[in-house]
Amino acid sequence: MAKIPVTFTLNGSERAAFAEEGLNLLEFLRRAVGDLSPKYGCGQGTCGACTVIIDGETHLSCLTMADAVQGRKVETASGLANGKVHPLQEAFMEHFAAQCGYCTPGMLMSAKVLLDRNPSPTRAEVIEAISGNLCRCTGYAPIIDAILATANTRRLA
Amino acid sequence: MIEFRKEFFANERDDNLNEIGKPTRRQDILGHVTGRSPYFDDHLFEGLLHIRCVRSPYHRARIRRIDISAAEKMPGVVRVLLGKDVPRNLNTLLSLLDFGLDDEPVLSETKVAYKGEPVAAVIAESEAEARAAVKTVKVEWEVLPHVLDVEDAIKPGAPVVCDVYPTNKFIYHGKFDHQKLRYGDVEEAFNRSDHIVEGRYQMSPIEQAPIETCGAIAAPEVNDRYVCFTSTQGLFFSLGTAAKLLTMPSSRLHFVGGTVGGGFGGKVDSMHEPLAILGAMLTGRPCKYAWDREEEMQVGAPRGAERWYIKDGVARDGRILARKFTGYFDSGAYTRLSSYAIIKGVGHLPGPYTIPNVYADVFCVYTNRTPATAMRGFGITGVDFAIEAHMDKVAETVGLNPIDLRILNSYRDGDMKAHRRVAKNCALVECCQVVAEKGGIALSPASRQATSMTDGGGERGLLPSRTATDQNGAVSGYRAGDYGKKGGNKSGPQPVQSPMPTYASTAPAPQRPAGPAYQPVTPAQPAAPAPAPATETPRHGALRFSSLSGFRRR
Repeated sequence: MAKIPVTFTLNGSERAAFAEEGLNLLEFLRRAVGDLSPKYGCGQGTCGACTVIIDGETHLSCLTMADAVQGRKVETASGLANGKVHPLQEAFMEHFAAQCGYCTPGMLMSAKVLLDRNPSPTRAEVIEAISGNLCRCTGYAPIIDAILATANTRRLA
Repeated sequence: MIEFRKEFFANERDDNLNEIGKPTRRQDILGHVTGRSPYFDDHLFEGLLHIRCVRSPYHRARIRRIDISAAEKMPGVVRVLLGKDVPRNLNTLLSLLDFGLDDEPVLSETKVAYKGEPVAAVIAESEAEARAAVKTVKVEWEVLPHVLDVEDAIKPGAPVVCDVYPTNKFIYHGKFDHQKLRYGDVEEAFNRSDHIVEGRYQMSPIEQAPIETCGAIAAPEVNDRYVCFTSTQGLFFSLGTAAKLLTMPSSRLHFVGGTVGGGFGGKVDSMHEPLAILGAMLTGRPCKYAWDREEEMQVGAPRGAERWYIKDGVARDGRILARKFTGYFDSGAYTRLSSYAIIKGVGHLPGPYTIPNVYADVFCVYTNRTPATAMRGFGITGVDFAIEAHMDKVAETVGLNPIDLRILNSYRDGDMKAHRRVAKNCALVECCQVVAEKGGIALSPASRQATSMTDGGGERGLLPSRTATDQNGAVSGYRAGDYGKKGGNKSGPQPVQSPMPTYASTAPAPQRPAGPAYQPVTPAQPAAPAPAPATETPRHGALRFSSLSGFRRR
């Protein structure tokens, strides 16, 4: 199978790797690039565990072709902490917003895009923003609390 | 917000709580929020191979022939595995506890008993190549009639789902085709009851649906060992199962687990590790065997379906005098953990109520559905639904508020329970009172005054003067096994003798194949004579309760 060279920015660093034709971004990031933070849950765009940010928008990496990120900026949960943990990560830790932790990387990506665009979301807007991310441990309430708390802390700061 | 009701049980409680009511951080939370928690699939291997299974499209069929020649020539295919490649291709999960007979192959060789049962496994360079090759495996099926309903499955002449249990019923303790509970005499109590209340309740299978699908990666390690990263919920359970199926000492297996992307009971069945390790053994390369979402939903073992019949004898004032259960657990095509769920469930009957006469016959039934397994309180939650729905029906019959009825019949401290233990630290009365208060429901003066600590014990703490027993459903030809005998079995596992079982019922004489018994890899020990029947064993020592075998004396 033909291999396509893909050059892109991952969490602020220039990266290049080969993608086999037809490879999705999820497997490309995990196996070819070595960023294991996006997770496989369904492979059909239903669960949101593979959510990444491309040029400021959330995307389901299992439904995105690897070569679609050519020259673009990709962010994942593993890059969220920059020297110290991100306020969202701090709030997730504080509010018990993870149990098994498998949905957490995708959940954080959806939360980050929401707060980047809307620093003061309502509870309903938070629920809407994470509606594409399933949490089977059903820890939605603490997750929503953590996102709202992050917004509050930022407003006060 | 947690609300503490400190007026309850003040003299039984220590208020120096260090954790409850205080926020606490999970110890693994930093890994979770930084995307660095190591789930089984978060280990990269150079040259990783992918395993995909060929699965039955039928609920029940005989395998006439499997032709893998085309698949072996497909691009990227390294090897195709069949049942004959599995060193010991028959297992029952609870055999590690010596509970039940080996009944389930890793890859079925002669027949399939549920839709999705694996019959071959393709190992290929990529997942896509493995998928493509799976489609080229030609299986010649002889489709057979199937049975999907528990009560149909135990009728005479029903298709035999699982050969080692030819009447489609698990054999309990080597003695009966169901698990019994006998406490007092329900029939006598029905005769003097003012009302008889009957109900039929049914629960569907429920998929655990973890976001991380089940899987394992195995790879050759140094010193002739294999490392296995797995999503299992029971690491040592999976280790023992893999060692048994691969007939290798567990010291050659290095299992790594502990980070599970949601389990809820669906990751205890150890289906993945043996095949991943076998792939690594036969190819010399790292192998990953993981389900995709469709497999997780179709062949991942769910909580089984249950059907319950409940018959209550009730006095005019709402006191329940007798409760009779007939229960059917749908185990699916193989035993997995359903046999154990029933033991647990029967210990829970008749629910949290003091009922002086209780009777239960609970059957673990094989059907041509996906095998069932553990899920969150399995064995308890299903029958609790039935019991509580039935309590409402009883309340309606006698014209009582359902909460008053529950308080009237609740366990009090000191009451004897149907599994012959005295109730203590009861709290159902108080829970009912708070629920009524929150719901704005007016309770009777008697219910308001009731407490769990009063009115119990005394006559209510005594065993029934007479318990009616019977030999319904007795079987012979099965051995009770040595379960519950921790450390007491000096001679090691004994080969299961396979005489023709004879049935007390009029069912046709069943055939049980004389499969080899599980032998440990250590040098074989001479077989000890079968233990004497329990009735001839002198009974001494304190009563001990084992969750698997019930009461034992030691």
